Amino acid sequence: MQARRLKTAVAIAAVAALAVGAAGCAESERGDSGEAKTGGTFIFAGAGDPKNFDPIFNDDGESFRPVRQMFDTLVSHKPGTAELQGGLAESWEHDPEGKVWTFKLRQGVKFHDGTPFNAAAVCFNFDRWYNMKGAAAQSQMIYYMDVFGGFAKNENEAAGKPVYNKCEAQGDGTAVVTLNQYKGAFPGAFALTSLSIASPEALKKYDANTVKQNGDSFEYSAFATTNPVGTGPFTFGGWDKAKNEITLNRNPDYFGEKAKVDKMIIKIIKDESTRKQELRAGTVQGIDFPAPADRKALEGEGFQVVNRPAFNVLYLGLNQKNPKLKDLRVRQAIAYALNRQQLVQTKGPGGAKVADEFLPDTVLGYAPDVQKYEYNPEKAKQLLKDAGAEGLTLNFYYPPDVTRPYMPNPQEIFTVLANDLQAVGIKVNGVPRPWNGGFKDDVQQFGKQDLHILGWTGDYNDPGNFVGTFFGRAKTEFGDQSMTEMFDAITKADGTVDDAGKKAAWEQVNRDIAAKWLPAVPLWHAPPAIVVTKDVKGLVASPLTDERFNSVSISK
Amino acid sequence: MLRVIVRRLLQLVVTLIALSALIFIWLRNLPGGPVEALLGERATPERRVLLTKALGYDQPILVQYGKFMQRVVTGDFGNSIRTGDPVTEVISRAFPATIELALAAMIIAVGLGVPLGYLAARWRGRWPDNLTIAGTLLGISIPIFFLGYLLKDVFTQNIHWFPPSGRLTTGLDNTNVTGFFVLDGLLTREFDASADALWHLILPAITLATIPLAVIVRITRASVLDVLNEDYVRTAEAKGLRHRTIRGRHILRNALLPVVTTIGLQTGALLSGAVLTEKVYNWGGIGTLITDSISGGRDYPVLQAIILLAALVFVVVNLLVDLSYAFIDPRVRVR
Amino acid sequence: MSDPITQAGTPAPRPGDDKPRPGMSERSIGLLGDRKKARLDELAQASAADRGGISLVRDAMRRLKRNPVAIVGGVIVGLFVLVAIFAPLIAPHDPVQRFDELTKGLTVDTIPGASSGFPLGSDPLGRDFLSRMIYGARQTLFVGVLATLIGLALGVLIGAIAGAFGGWVDVVLMRLTDVMLALPSLLLAITLVAMASRSSQWTVIFAVAIVSVPIFARLLRGSMLAQRESDHVLAARALGVKERNIVLRHMLPNSLTAVIVQATLTFAVAILDAAALSFLGLGDPDINRAEWGLMLGVDGQRYFEVRPELAYFPALAIIVVALGFTLLGEAMREAIDPKNRR
Repeated sequence: MQARRLKTAVAIAAVAALAVGAAGCAESERGDSGEAKTGGTFIFAGAGDPKNFDPIFNDDGESFRPVRQMFDTLVSHKPGTAELQGGLAESWEHDPEGKVWTFKLRQGVKFHDGTPFNAAAVCFNFDRWYNMKGAAAQSQMIYYMDVFGGFAKNENEAAGKPVYNKCEAQGDGTAVVTLNQYKGAFPGAFALTSLSIASPEALKKYDANTVKQNGDSFEYSAFATTNPVGTGPFTFGGWDKAKNEITLNRNPDYFGEKAKVDKMIIKIIKDESTRKQELRAGTVQGIDFPAPADRKALEGEGFQVVNRPAFNVLYLGLNQKNPKLKDLRVRQAIAYALNRQQLVQTKGPGGAKVADEFLPDTVLGYAPDVQKYEYNPEKAKQLLKDAGAEGLTLNFYYPPDVTRPYMPNPQEIFTVLANDLQAVGIKVNGVPRPWNGGFKDDVQQFGKQDLHILGWTGDYNDPGNFVGTFFGRAKTEFGDQSMTEMFDAITKADGTVDDAGKKAAWEQVNRDIAAKWLPAVPLWHAPPAIVVTKDVKGLVASPLTDERFNSVSISK
Repeated sequence: MLRVIVRRLLQLVVTLIALSALIFIWLRNLPGGPVEALLGERATPERRVLLTKALGYDQPILVQYGKFMQRVVTGDFGNSIRTGDPVTEVISRAFPATIELALAAMIIAVGLGVPLGYLAARWRGRWPDNLTIAGTLLGISIPIFFLGYLLKDVFTQNIHWFPPSGRLTTGLDNTNVTGFFVLDGLLTREFDASADALWHLILPAITLATIPLAVIVRITRASVLDVLNEDYVRTAEAKGLRHRTIRGRHILRNALLPVVTTIGLQTGALLSGAVLTEKVYNWGGIGTLITDSISGGRDYPVLQAIILLAALVFVVVNLLVDLSYAFIDPRVRVR
Repeated sequence: MSDPITQAGTPAPRPGDDKPRPGMSERSIGLLGDRKKARLDELAQASAADRGGISLVRDAMRRLKRNPVAIVGGVIVGLFVLVAIFAPLIAPHDPVQRFDELTKGLTVDTIPGASSGFPLGSDPLGRDFLSRMIYGARQTLFVGVLATLIGLALGVLIGAIAGAFGGWVDVVLMRLTDVMLALPSLLLAITLVAMASRSSQWTVIFAVAIVSVPIFARLLRGSMLAQRESDHVLAARALGVKERNIVLRHMLPNSLTAVIVQATLTFAVAILDAAALSFLGLGDPDINRAEWGLMLGVDGQRYFEVRPELAYFPALAIIVVALGFTLLGEAMREAIDPKNRR
């Protein structure tokens, strides 16, 4: 009996497959399987696997995409900008020293598990981070370390002095966070997705603090893998790893704008050309990071290609370990030798702009009047001659195998830049190294290169997040341990609490970097894009890739 | 016979241990690695130290290997660096996908290859023969990733007959039982899922089948030609046996012998081809896993487990083909 | 993917053809390996059977000239080699120079097509695509020849040592090649590239070469073994010629025909494998180098919709050349097969 049923089933399936294949009635098939879709499932193709869903243990965009739908932060960003606005906290203020931060919290908010969001929950989260135990767990808290320096008990001497002091709940509605010192990162850092507020009950119940070290890898808790609980517009549905689908369900009790669709599926498709093909086939309604070469074609076919405002920078690093590059004239010669306008025109993704500074012009501290290095090969040759650096040979490191939002195609960028440099008589020795196979190690840890290309996507609206990250202290990447003048100026600017003073200090830093220090040459700001079908309404692209899909609806 | 199997198995264990040591040590001496992959642009010297220590990469390599082997004995191959999933889980998820694809490709290659080869032999020197031979030559000369790209472009982008990638339509609700989606649909009576999975399978299977198909056609052709000249076939013809009987009993049965071997031999080529095919069609199998764990995140635990698994599969298939060979042709004794 | 091509066109093995040959390792890895081995051994013996090397070659040449397959293959290969050698004379431009005429109209999503002076238009970086295609023949030949030569050299070394000495040396070396022969070729190449500390044109060449080492080794060894007991070697030994000289002067040259045939077939595989590696992102990282596999695997894929010619032309070139080498190789194999002699 069983066998016969199976046989019949095989026959039916075979016939069905034949019918689908031969008649090409793909449309009906799609309609059958995706009935819920037109009723309100938004399928969006992401570019990689998330690590897990516990905000604090994550630091990359692919993990943040689902996390941002499920969690909220105290401070959030105005949709489509890097400007701050209220999140879980309606308002916030700080004392003149910038050490005591008082958050007035939104009332009546509930976590997905029904437990109330209040000041105690906020402090529970801050204390959880600060008191995190275990080397494995601490080593995963990249953003926490970045902002708060260290832990109650550092498991490793490499961690620093903690910036966080304590958090006090004053009633349900007010949380007061006290810091040991002010940093320029605040209050922007409170909007970091990593610092999202999770349900204390769920954190306890699903053992969130346990990151098990298993040999040469980590194992995450049930909270991080199967039971993330936040306050966001979507609740967690599941991650089917055989199908590469993350399912999120609408949270009907969301405090803000409730999700328009019933369900959102994040489909992970690593290959950019396959993402585009799926979009065309109609199996997904949106894709992230289309190949720059495809944007125009997609637009022509009626898709909405939305450029995110550029919040990144690509630069050419100059390593002053090479004595020739220690000479400012040689560094300037390189800047003059590069035809950045042509680079942007021929290889820049749509909307890319030549960069004159290491931060986008929307960030505070951007100086409109820095020294610009217009393409001038003659001047470059002259400067090289003056510096006695004619016939210079430089090792140029680049990662051939990676695509970053600010660097869609490193091989081509390298080839173009090398060409420009060779035109002024600098001999370039290209050294390709795989992105995860030694490029960053060679460049940032060992400083083997003379030149290299690398970049950065900003995390929050603060000049320190750009300029401070690059040049705030001695780094092997730029080979110089003695540019103390620059380090001091940046530290001082970062420590300035009042807005006017902060702005002035950073503008001066940027002017000096361009004219006096030139540790690297900024190349371009390149906006990453997001593409959706014309039926998708309400998508707001964020410069920080901080898209919340509750505003998205599908019209049919 | 039993002794042979036991000896082979012992050899297998020794080989695998040696191979695992080699791979483990070699991988960890490469530049870059998981720490670099995990930190991305956000690496600072402090974070490097922290993560390196947390992962245990600061310990002597032999100590690391010892710990690794200790866990392997208990069946624990560690966790994926990226997602923290147990490696065994990651691989057992990808494995059915590759097997499903390879099986489908083999079915196409054999189902089409043997009849074509037979026809070519029967029509030797005439146009069907020439056409087939030309086709097989083209089949082995075309880079299969390019063929896959072309097929995908034509059949999914220009005419929307097939889906461009993946194993199932996104959002389709199916029950995962064995990981073989076509089979799962049948088992759970979710026939729409089966049909959908088959529909996704067609293009990748055709792409992957080209090379084995070409090879099987040629082997069958040559083999049938040889058998046709054998005395017993001529005798049978002279005896006036029915054509069908000759074809079935005498020609095909004898000609099939080398074909069976070739099928076994093609598993290697099939695995090679699967890496390319899976990348073209975003097929979540072992091939994708390999390329991802190399260039994606230097996922050493996954990578070393796959290499060991590949070695294991190959030797086992090897053994099975030996046995089947002995089964079909009693004159051959497994040494 | 080297398996299929070397496999294709094999004289069909007959039942009972599988009896162990003299000196063949008894503990072979199994019939799967044996089948490949048997095929190679057959080829090895074909060339060794006739001891008069010159007459064999002349005989084979005569048959080749009459075979249209060989002629087509020969013409393709000949043209390819000519283009490769004379690339600087044929190509209108420097393949790595960027031209203002081309970069002017170049953006990330438009690549200028044919214009005066640039019959095939631009490549993604404003270089002359035609010149790159022409120089591509040279680079492709370079990669193919080097990969084949390295594989050949290592294989010949191993095979010659095994064949010349026999005994335990033979057993150990052949056991090693058996294992290598058993691995899926592209997977082996991928693993090798992944395990190389840095990728370059040389890792690609080397990875592709290693794949063919066991094939050549087994071929050489078979041929040597077949000759060890042959009349001319026995005669030389009786005359007191040193063992080393026997190997170098008498045995090696006689094995060469078979090796050349195999090398021709290996070349086709080498360029296909190199292209596959590029496609997987594990190929030569230097895109300045015009090599067809690299052009197809990188630019062809990335700009397929912007300008499909960037994929079509290199792909076509690879297919035609691979086809040429396969045709020629198979015709040669047929020509030296004693079964076809009359």
